[in-house]
Amino acid sequence: MAQRDYAMSGADARRAVETGLAAAEWYHTDIPRKEMKALMARADQPAIRDTGLLFGCMALFAGLGIALWPSWGSAPFWLAYGVLYGSAMDSRWHECGHGTAFRTRWMNDWLYQIASFCMVRNPVQWRWSHARHHTDTIIVGRDPEIQAMRPPALGRIALNFLGLLDAWQGWTKMLRNAAGRLDPDEADYVPEHEAPRLIRVARIWVAIYAATIALALATSSLLPLMVIGLPRLYGAWHHVMTGLLQHAGLADNVTDHRLNTRTVYMNPVSRFIYWNMNYHIEHHMFPMVPFHALPRLHDRIRADLPAPSPSILAAYREVLPILWRQLRNEEHFLTRALPPTARPYRAELHRHAPGVPAE
Amino acid sequence: MPWIDACAADEIEPEDLIRFDHGGRTYAIYRSPDDAFYCTDGLCTHEQVHLADGLVQDHEIECPRHNATFDYRTGQALRAPACTALATYPARVENGRVWIEI
Repeated sequence: MAQRDYAMSGADARRAVETGLAAAEWYHTDIPRKEMKALMARADQPAIRDTGLLFGCMALFAGLGIALWPSWGSAPFWLAYGVLYGSAMDSRWHECGHGTAFRTRWMNDWLYQIASFCMVRNPVQWRWSHARHHTDTIIVGRDPEIQAMRPPALGRIALNFLGLLDAWQGWTKMLRNAAGRLDPDEADYVPEHEAPRLIRVARIWVAIYAATIALALATSSLLPLMVIGLPRLYGAWHHVMTGLLQHAGLADNVTDHRLNTRTVYMNPVSRFIYWNMNYHIEHHMFPMVPFHALPRLHDRIRADLPAPSPSILAAYREVLPILWRQLRNEEHFLTRALPPTARPYRAELHRHAPGVPAE
Repeated sequence: MPWIDACAADEIEPEDLIRFDHGGRTYAIYRSPDDAFYCTDGLCTHEQVHLADGLVQDHEIECPRHNATFDYRTGQALRAPACTALATYPARVENGRVWIEI
């Protein structure tokens, strides 16, 4: 098989459209409408509680970091602040982008704007990118959010644990957008009429970064950048660690989220940072279900899903050997076993992914 | 346009919707929290997904795939990724039946 072409305007993208793999019907576990409505129900309270806790902790850790600066005693507080800024904001960006975090729309939009800034993801561009990720999850050439391509760029993935490539890319895009330009891939999924809004946000961000850098220069101190900007690097590791597990090593070009997405049981701290996105098959199958209802959804449909990975460590033990093997054979992937209670995988869903299932 | 007998009013729960197929097209019929009935096209204008699997909150319908939101009374698109309004159709209740003009 020819090497995969991940460009949005490439040969695989055209093939996906021609074969009906793009914008296809996907497998869903059957849930009666009444139950589904209860699972989809929105509430403000869980997200208000978590957001208060998040911003409270960020203020506390940043305050202690500033108070102890520049001694090494400030380091643990910066690390904690950084994870909340550079990783917890990833999940807030995600959930608010779906509009499911709060019942009240302005609350969703407000947190979405803040989280987008922290993660250096233009809120206009990324809303469209993520919509495509849900339409065409891990469809080569259609999904703009594939982290572990085949063969996997392990060096790039490793650098992103410190945000070195994706944040840099975010800042580069920000400058390009602020100059009034979109790159061709962005233009593929962002409607033309949204471009002015995308550009306006980029310009506001440039102004905020310029003020922060000016303050750092004026005070001859790195401190302003430790609060704004740099935590996107030194706090990125958690969101990359959890995010990589979502799809890596599993099938591509299939239309059943049980084949290309992974649910992982995680400790309570990681679940707070990740806002329950460890229930990732559930999220992809039913993106209308808010973060606080995902554990209930998981309990409801687990009999129809592959067994979850029991921990982050166990998931990495599964993923890393596959990625390693994909360096030599990009057709290799893992097909996870289903419990006997599940509806079986449909063979035709594999026809676009004639790979070698992992043992 | 003709009025069509679509369903019994009590087939739709308050603050919910059902799918109604007729003449090779698909529609969505809504019952609002204040017990009024409305009808729109049944597919999201963003990516042709059936709205019947979505969530009704107050007077809004949210698409199940990308959370695009519309005011089902006017069809107005309220939230990206929907940019185009939904077509709406008159609806009325007579003797416990919902009629739509399509």
